[in-house]
Amino acid sequence: MLPLADTTFAEATWIMIVKSIVIFAVIFGVLPLLTVLERKLIGRFQHRYGPNRVGPFGLLQPLADVGKLVSKESFRPENAQRTLFILGPLLPVLAGVLSLAIIPWGDVEGDVGLYGIDVPIGILYFFAVGSIAFYGLLLGGWSSGSKYSLLGAMRSAAQLISYEVSMGLALLGVIMMSGSLSLVSTVHSQGEIWFIVPQFVGFLIFMLAGFAETNRTPFDMPEADAELVQGFMTEYGGMRFGSFLLVEYMEILVVSGIAAAMFLGGWMGPGPSFLDPIWMLAKMLALVLVFIWVRATLPRLRYDQLMTLGWKVLLPLATLNVLVTAVLVVVW
Amino acid sequence: MSVDPKSASYLDSIDVVEVQRGPEPGGLGGAYRAFGETLRGLKTTMARLIEGPMTIEYPEEKTPVYPRFRGRHKLHKFEDTGLEKCVGCSLCAAACPADCIRVVAAENVPGERVSAGERYAAVYEINMSRCIFCGYCEIACPFDAITMGHDYEMADYDRRDLIFTKEMLLAESIERTPLKSEGE
Repeated sequence: MLPLADTTFAEATWIMIVKSIVIFAVIFGVLPLLTVLERKLIGRFQHRYGPNRVGPFGLLQPLADVGKLVSKESFRPENAQRTLFILGPLLPVLAGVLSLAIIPWGDVEGDVGLYGIDVPIGILYFFAVGSIAFYGLLLGGWSSGSKYSLLGAMRSAAQLISYEVSMGLALLGVIMMSGSLSLVSTVHSQGEIWFIVPQFVGFLIFMLAGFAETNRTPFDMPEADAELVQGFMTEYGGMRFGSFLLVEYMEILVVSGIAAAMFLGGWMGPGPSFLDPIWMLAKMLALVLVFIWVRATLPRLRYDQLMTLGWKVLLPLATLNVLVTAVLVVVW
Repeated sequence: MSVDPKSASYLDSIDVVEVQRGPEPGGLGGAYRAFGETLRGLKTTMARLIEGPMTIEYPEEKTPVYPRFRGRHKLHKFEDTGLEKCVGCSLCAAACPADCIRVVAAENVPGERVSAGERYAAVYEINMSRCIFCGYCEIACPFDAITMGHDYEMADYDRRDLIFTKEMLLAESIERTPLKSEGE
């Protein structure tokens, strides 16, 4: 039994297994729907319907997509590094699933905590695991044995590293206010007021950095499907490409989950306690909608604009936010 | 009198038009404006979402055509006698800029009249893969024997099937196309 966070109990192994299976099933049930939701919403944002042919309301579209991707040849370029090329898309999936573990879905009910695991270092774990995903991206780009993939991977790495800093600093304000790294305690400390109110700047910076971290518009430089032939994914096809896409959506969910827990009061909401996971999911989905809305609106940034925004705007702003929060926390 | 181009009196002597410039990019003001414009963009897209889709889901839903829409041709018969209006004069073929109409005329034999006139069209073919739907045939026809219908769904898998014979043109065409209502 592992001593977990501030909890005074240790969960039975079978409970943890059941929890992980449930979380896994729910997330992987939501992910395909998310792809349809995104395509349908983007369609609506552009005065069209989006996919509505496969199944009722186009809900079976992801099934058709996956069927197509799986049945495609798993092509590997001649100069690719075999092991790393295969590892490339797998690592981010692993990292994504790992970071799902710390998203709190609800409070402790009796002997069971409605979350995968309450790591005492919570948010550091999120950053640590998130960084592993970059390896997949870098390895994938490098091992493809193609200059375009390599260049794409380099750009992505530079972008992700730049925005990781601001993301961490944006969360630092919340951590100082809650006095804990654990996501569960952070949610608990939002009983009076959600941290989005006192930490609004932090929330904005976190969401902006989140767009960059998940390679979403307006920061989808790594992919840049229109001009850079998908960057580091250039040489990937079939389900390996599919898993990169899967990771993108999973990361959106994870970032939304972290944001919901850190800024939007996590599972808190009116109604009985069994609604908690629903509230959490609803808040996550609301943030996902913001992701989609922004994608439908903003054009891609130029590379130098991206770097300028990251280092010259977000980083000083985040630092300032941290300083002000620190002073206020001490004074209060 | 030559004036030194750098002197102040030279600058005063020419008409200087003040050019209106936008705000300088960058800086705090730039960041503020960028934020404002981003919000404006988000508002714009959200308005599109609220307006809803404008798609006409074609195979199920069709755009109504105007009454004078020039679609697939029709050949006509007299309603009372059942005789063909076409007398095989080939004026339509002569008017056709795409040269897609072929008419071969024949003499009407008393007893088994086909058309109202002296002669009739033994062969009347329109090559739909050539036709540009200009409607000149309709205008050229002295007997209103050929008119343009509203049907525009003529795609086919074989070019040979696009040569419409007289029987096909005479047959009551399936009106699959909705007509625009008054004032639409």
